[in-house]
This record gives sequence, C-alpha cells and structure tokens, in this order.
Amino acid sequence: MNYPKELMYTKDHEWLKEEDGVAVIGISEFAQDALGDVVFVNLPQEGDEVVAGDAFGDVESVKAVSDLLSPVTGTVCAVNEELLDSPELLNSDPYGAWIIKVENVTDKEELMDADAYEAFCAEEG
Amino acid sequence: MKLIFEKSVPGRHSSILPACDVPEVDLGVKREEPLNLPELCENDVSRHYTQLCQRVHGVNCGFYPLGSCTMKYNPRIDEEMAALPGFTNVHPLAPKASVKGSEAVLELAAKYLCEIAGMDGMTFQPAAGAHGEFTGVLLIKQYHDARGDKARTKIIVPDSAHGTNPATAAMCGYDVVNVASAPNGCVDLEALKAVLGPDTAGLMLTNPNTVGIFDENILEITRLVHEAGGLCYYDGANLNAVMGHVRPGDMGFDCIHMNLHKTFATPHGGGGPGAGAVGCKEFLKGFLPKSVLMEGEGSIQVRGFAGNFLVVVRALTYLMTLGKEGIPEASTNAVLNANYLMQKIKGTFTPAFDRVCMHEFVLDLSEFKKETGVSALDVAKSLIDHGMHPPTMYFPLIVHEALMLEPTETESKETLDEAAEIFRALYAQAYSDPDYMHAAPHHAQIGRPDEVKAARNPIVRWTEA
Amino acid sequence: MGSYVPGTQAEREQMLRAIGMEREDQLYADVPEQMLLREPLNIPSGMSELEVRNAMTELAEQNKVFKTVLRGAGAYDHYIPSIVKYIPAKEEFLTAYTPYQAEMSQGVLQSIFEYQTMICQLTGMDVSNASVYDGATAAAEAAAMCRDRKRTVTLVSGAVHPDTINTVRTYCYGSNTELRVVPCKDGVTDLEALQQMLTPEVSSVLVQQPNFFGQLEPAKEIGELVHNAKAMYILSCDPLSLAILPTPKEAGADVMVGEGQCLGLPIAWGGPYLGIMATTAKHMRKLPGRIVGETTDDAGNKAYVLSLQAREQHIRREKASSNICSNEALCALTAGLYMATMGPEGMREAAKQTAAKAHYLQAELCKLPGVELKYKGAFYQEFVTVSPKRCEILTALEDAGILGGLPLGENEILWCATEKVTKAELDKAVAVVKEVLAK
Repeated sequence: MNYPKELMYTKDHEWLKEEDGVAVIGISEFAQDALGDVVFVNLPQEGDEVVAGDAFGDVESVKAVSDLLSPVTGTVCAVNEELLDSPELLNSDPYGAWIIKVENVTDKEELMDADAYEAFCAEEG
Repeated sequence: MKLIFEKSVPGRHSSILPACDVPEVDLGVKREEPLNLPELCENDVSRHYTQLCQRVHGVNCGFYPLGSCTMKYNPRIDEEMAALPGFTNVHPLAPKASVKGSEAVLELAAKYLCEIAGMDGMTFQPAAGAHGEFTGVLLIKQYHDARGDKARTKIIVPDSAHGTNPATAAMCGYDVVNVASAPNGCVDLEALKAVLGPDTAGLMLTNPNTVGIFDENILEITRLVHEAGGLCYYDGANLNAVMGHVRPGDMGFDCIHMNLHKTFATPHGGGGPGAGAVGCKEFLKGFLPKSVLMEGEGSIQVRGFAGNFLVVVRALTYLMTLGKEGIPEASTNAVLNANYLMQKIKGTFTPAFDRVCMHEFVLDLSEFKKETGVSALDVAKSLIDHGMHPPTMYFPLIVHEALMLEPTETESKETLDEAAEIFRALYAQAYSDPDYMHAAPHHAQIGRPDEVKAARNPIVRWTEA
Repeated sequence: MGSYVPGTQAEREQMLRAIGMEREDQLYADVPEQMLLREPLNIPSGMSELEVRNAMTELAEQNKVFKTVLRGAGAYDHYIPSIVKYIPAKEEFLTAYTPYQAEMSQGVLQSIFEYQTMICQLTGMDVSNASVYDGATAAAEAAAMCRDRKRTVTLVSGAVHPDTINTVRTYCYGSNTELRVVPCKDGVTDLEALQQMLTPEVSSVLVQQPNFFGQLEPAKEIGELVHNAKAMYILSCDPLSLAILPTPKEAGADVMVGEGQCLGLPIAWGGPYLGIMATTAKHMRKLPGRIVGETTDDAGNKAYVLSLQAREQHIRREKASSNICSNEALCALTAGLYMATMGPEGMREAAKQTAAKAHYLQAELCKLPGVELKYKGAFYQEFVTVSPKRCEILTALEDAGILGGLPLGENEILWCATEKVTKAELDKAVAVVKEVLAK
C-alpha cells in the first residue's frame, strides 16, 4: 500500500494536497482497494459549495455506493471530468486521479500526515 | 443466441391487419427517422420467444427458494380466469353500470384481504410492493398534515429492512432514521425509544422480520410508536408466514401493503406486473388514493385508473380457492417447510439464528468462508449447476455472507430433502475442491458475467454492426 | 376446499417430528398468545377448481363487453395479434422472478434488452429502462429524475391526461416539491402562458403528445421554449403513434415517457399496463428502474445482466431517486413481442389506420346537424365534439353494443377510434347518433 509523503489524509480515506491556495482532493489507495472496481463517479459541478465532513459526490462499484466526504469547506473550482468516462483511474492511479479542486477554503477536517494515516489504516485492517 | 434484430429479413412480415376501408389521412407532420424494428414472419417470432423461454428458470422448472420473494406455485386456473373476455375487454372508463363484475372483484378481494390483514379499508391502485409502501407512507403523511402536525419529519426503519423502506420514506419527503437491530435480529426496544419523539412520523416494519423471526415485542413496539404520536406501517413482504394465524392490524399496525404477487400466488412475470394492495384502519380510509377520471378529484393518486386489475382477479381466484381453511393452512406449511429445510441443512451450513423460524431462514456463511474460502456467492452459483435457483444472497445486511431461504408451502418433502442433499454435497465440496466452486456455474446458460464491464461501459441497446 | 400444499397428513407429521414438534401450533410459539386468532377467518370456505371457475366466470359475466369501443382517454382498444396473447402465457416467462441470477435468466434478460432496443428505435432516444408501472407513474418518475437542488418546480401542461397530472401531483406532494399546471388554449398548451411560467426554479415541463383532447401539440416549439429556459423537456407519447408521427427525439425531448398499453396489452379495466421511460445518453444514470446491459461471461461469451444497479434502492437505500423494484417486465416482453410481430410496416399500418378511422368518424359525426368539432387543430386518434343530447347519444350507443366517447364538460364527448373498428361499425355508430339527434 502506497502513502505518498506529500499528501494529507482524512479518516474517511480521502487525500488532500494544496496547490497555490487550492485544495486538490482524491481518494487513497486504501479506499480504492476497499471499494473494489469503481464503475462510476458522481461529481459535483464547478461553483458548488462543499462543506468539510459532508458528501460532495459518490463512487459506485457494482454492488455498493460510497459517499465522497469533503475534507474542506470551500467552492469547487474544478472537477476531473475524465473520471466520468474512465472511473477505473481511481483504481489504477488513485493519487494521480484527483476528483475535485476547491478554492476559497475556510475550514478543514482534522488531517493526518502519511505516517499517521498509514498507522490508522493498519488499525482499520 | 442471436438477438431478434439479427434474425430480421427485409420485407418479411406477418399478415395481421386488413386493407384500410376508409380514406387515408395526412396528419401534416410525420416521422422522419427510419423505423428499424425487426422484420419477421410469425413462425420466426414464435421460435425466437420459445428459445428465450428455454433460457428462463421459472417456478414451474424447479425449486426456487428465493428468500423474501415467496416463490410459491402459481395456479393455472388463476391465469385462465384473468384471461376471461369479461375482464380483459372492459374499458376502465366504461359506465359504472357496465362494470359491476370488475367492481365486485375489487370489493370481494378487499373484503377478504382486510379480514386477513385486520384492516378496514383497501386500495388496489399500487402496482407493486414498493409502490404500496409509497402509498402507505403517504397515508401517514396525509394524516399528520390533516392534523396540522408539521413537526413530524422522520420515519424509523430498522437496519435489517429491505432497501425499498428507506427509499420510500425518502420519496415521501422524510428523513430516514435507521435503528440497529438487537442481536436476535429483532427491534432493539432501547434503541427504538432513543429515536422516538415529537418528530417521529412513523415506523416501517416487517413481522416476521427479514431474518425470519417473529418479533415477540411487537405490541410494545407499536405501542411506543403510537405513544410518541407516530403511525406504524407493516411491510407485507413476509405475510406468507402468518396468514390466518395473526393479523398485522392486531399487532398494532395502522396501514399495510400486501404483495399479491408473493403471498397471493400471482406470478412474478420475470419482474412484474405485481400488485401492492394497501390496507388501512378506519381513521385513514379517507386518505386512500383514487383515480380522478374514475372517482373524481380530491385525493392522492399513485397511478392511472384502478390499478393492476387482472392481478387482483388472479389473487381473488386464489383466495376463493383456499378460503378460510386453506389460507392458514398455507402459512402453517410455509413455516413447517422452512423449519424442516433448516433442520436438514443444519450440521453443515450454520443458521444465523438457531431457533424456530417462520417462513424463511438465513444461513451465515462467514465462518465457513474463513475456513474454505468459498463465499455465499460461490455456493449460490454452484446451486445453479444443480438446477436450483439460488437463495437470496447477501441480505439482510446485518448478516455477513448471508443466504436467505424461503421454500414456501407448495414444495413437497422430496424437494426439500433433495435440496438439503445438494447443500450437504456443496458443503463437502467446499473442503475438497473449492476452486471448482469459485468458478461455478459450469453447466449454466452462461458463466459468471463481467458486471464491472457492464457498468463501466454500458451497452444497453443493440446497434447495427 | 382447494389447496396447493403437497404434503399428506403423514408427511406433515413426519416433518414436524423431524423438527422436534408434535403439533402444528408449536410453529407459532413466538407469537404472543393474546394476538393469535382464535376464530377462523371470516371469509368463505375454500372451493374446488370447478366451483371457483363458475364463481369467477359469473363475475366476469356481470361486466358488459362492448363489441365496438369508441372510447380512449388513456386506454386504447387496438387489435392484439393471437401470438401476442400466447407467448407471455408460457410458464417460464410467467413464473420467473426478477433476473437477479443472470446465469439462469438469460431469456428474460435478453427479452428486456430487445425491448429496450425497440423502444429506442421507436422513440429515437438513446436508452430505455426495463419499464415502470404505467404511463402516469412514468411521468411522475421523469419529473423526479429532472429535479435537482436548485430547480425543484415541475410544470405540467393542462392538456395532459388528468390521471397523470394527479399522479405527478401526488409524487410532488411526497417529495415536498411544487407542481404548476400550464393552462390550455384551443385544446393545446398555451405557449404564451408557458413562456411566462418558465422561471429559473422550473426543473422540467411535461407535455403529452397527442394530448388528452386528442390534439397534436406544437411539440418542437415547446421544446425550444423549455430549453431556452434551461429546463428539461419531458414528452409523454402514444408509442404506437410514433410509427408515423415525429419522435420525441425529433421534438427535442430529454425524457420520453408513455403508456405502453397500446402495444399489445388488453384494456383490462385499467391494468396491468406498461410505463415506458427513455432518455438521452447524457441522463442515462439518472433513469430510475432496472436497465439490462450487455457484457461477457468469464469465457468471453456474450451475456446480459441487470446493470447500473448502484442507482437502485437495494444499494442506494434512502439516497435512491426512486424506490421502484418490481416493474411490468411481462408487459414489456409483450410490447416487444407486439412490435416484433407487427414489424415496421405493421406498426405504421396500425397507426395509419387508427388515424384514418378516427378522422372518418369525426367527419361523419360532424356532418350531422348539431354536432360541432370543439378543437380545430390537427389530431391523431381522438377528438372532442359538442352536441345536444349527450346522455341520450351515449345510452343509445350502449344499447347498440357500442361504447361511445367519454363525456367531458357540458355537452362534450371525447371520441376515439382505432384500427380495430371497421367502417361498418363506424357507420352504425353514426347512424345511432343521427337517430337520437333527429328525435
């Protein structure tokens, strides 16, 4: 399992990276492994407000749906529309396949660094 | 097997209609796109559908212990009665004086079903179980609204419920409160008390519940909900266990839907049409749905006209056949068959709850899977090779690696004995040759389909190559 | 009494002993004593098959079957080819459950896949679901699928079938959303009123083609208005008419809905019918209900499965957009079978003859003194007349074995004809009306 050092993580297995004041959000390798084959991603629209801890979309596997919970409060400024046609990118390249970018961030969930997250995942088994 | 489109031959057709005996008309607008429907003669059509029919497993083909679906035998007399011209050739808006037979069918069916359910009023407008749930919860909503009680925003649903229950509550504008079940699968009274309050609109419940156990606290449960000002909705999915023995109305429920296509032996038709008759107590009767065109305005309406009438004809035929003796007899034997089959399987696969069950029971394969690596899915698919329809898989969600079996009353002892033998053989095979089971089925119409591929790149229609 | 329980008394006792019981009532030991029924149910005793047959046949005979039906209004008496009655009665089709186990349900799955394809061909839309309950619920489900957080209001043309309007209204009541009815003008949707009502909170507009009064709506123009306001366009169509009339795709619809009864199902006092729902590729994942998809099995062979299930209630639970589970699968199979039997030419012929008979009836009725056509626009199979003696006309027709049109407002009758009625029958009906009016 890969836990890139440059990212921060949530207990709900999203990762977050800050680029010029914009929060880039995706799901971790641990999350994609637990979900199994992702078949579709429901994405928000640019301009939508997201709230830390609330769902901003969901990912579908064949037999399950899981909410995507936002680690931050802010405004969606970009969505990765490539995922609509190629949801499998979340499985094959979870850290490359960002899901949304959020600007005007006003609040954040409690985040873990890579080491803390790795320990957290080990506990969740 | 080829698709019907791939069998089309340009110019081929059946002779159905005569030449037109009145002048043709020009409607001023017309379809521009070509109409690409298959072109076949009648024998082509007959052969094609017969081939399809040979790739379907019906109750007539063999054992179908699909839990929660009540796959009992569908009597053929019911079909013949539903095909009588006096029922099929009647227009829904024909004058009342000309449809006395249809009205009598609904009246009789309502009378008998009210008696079985312990209810006072009934509608046949809902076309399926989920549609009945929607109607029933709207009765609850109208009741609170009529009293000006706008604070009731929540519907309580146990975590063992069918997915339709929470989906229904959401369609009716309610927030869903999931309550955890007690370890025996029944309602946890303390958990229930904790969520009841002035915002409770109602509770949706099956009894027997989804693990096949009759909740002995049912009177206390419905009393608590009523005390909080909420109403109780009975999901009739499991009514086949208790007909003629105990009535939902006497358990304290205010409204109910019954799946005529489960409990009252009308066929499932590969997924419908069903009928979700909704019954209610006297004080809710004024809220039952009506057709604007048939009965006038001023009420809710959940579909056109009076509902799936021919399904009600079938159910009435069944009710008349069984009568007051046959109805409880059916339930008794549904429960007897379930307990007998569970007893015969015990010793191999483990029941999730080792006690007397009602009309169905759940096997918990989680330990078995740890030992053998063989999953509930593998067992289900292996059953197909033995000509048996698999039980319901992975439901209810509170049991892991669940297989839910509902044999129904119309299966004979030999069938149950044979089924138990198959289960025993598969149990042994899981230890000797698990790989074979991982790859099952081996002798079915197809092997395991790639569902990921189907969902990622949906092909939902045929297109010409 | 009748019974379908196979076990003999001896077998039942043997089975009871096997589970450690002596009496049947021990099976209900979990039921609190005070709740158990002490008396038998208050319903009649069971009957033999022969007795039941006689009783049910007597009920059926209390209905009057009219040889000629000139009433539509949502239920259309088209001719049903013989084979279309036989095939859906095959026991495998009849008694199977929903095809959750694809490995033993390829026949049902393929029949639905073929039905979906035929609906796409007929409507021009990209994707069809496996059916919903009926035309009215299809409209209500479509309105629900078009709503989002910002756009919550549904507009419905006042010329839509009243049962459909009331059903959509009920679903809106459920979801705490608003329905607004667009007024009619000259028997069709009032475009000026519609234009004014297309405010930013409108999610969708539902229009019926041909409408409840039989009139053809300016469907394409309406579509442009709706899209200019960035709302979704739901068009409810008579599927048989689409063999000759412009498709909902051509009219710009985002969602097509319709009552499929006209495709081989009997009028049967209102049901079972067939709710048709189709949409564009863009909105596929918002479509409620089951959808069958093509895939391959583990050996690479073509296979069909219930697909896109993560939209549905058994997975999404309270977040599902619809609670639909059982649908009208056998009715969808019947409709597919009807279309395959008729073929493109037969479908066109049935639609053309339907229009021709309706126009012949209208022309002949309006030749009679005192009979006026209420709406002058183009129509397909239904039209409204205004005349004196409405009640006497309908009664006289009934006495002659003819179910006349549906009484609407004062002195109005909504007439309908299909390809099934002959010129002779129509002439007879006109003669009866003529006689009443001459009295």
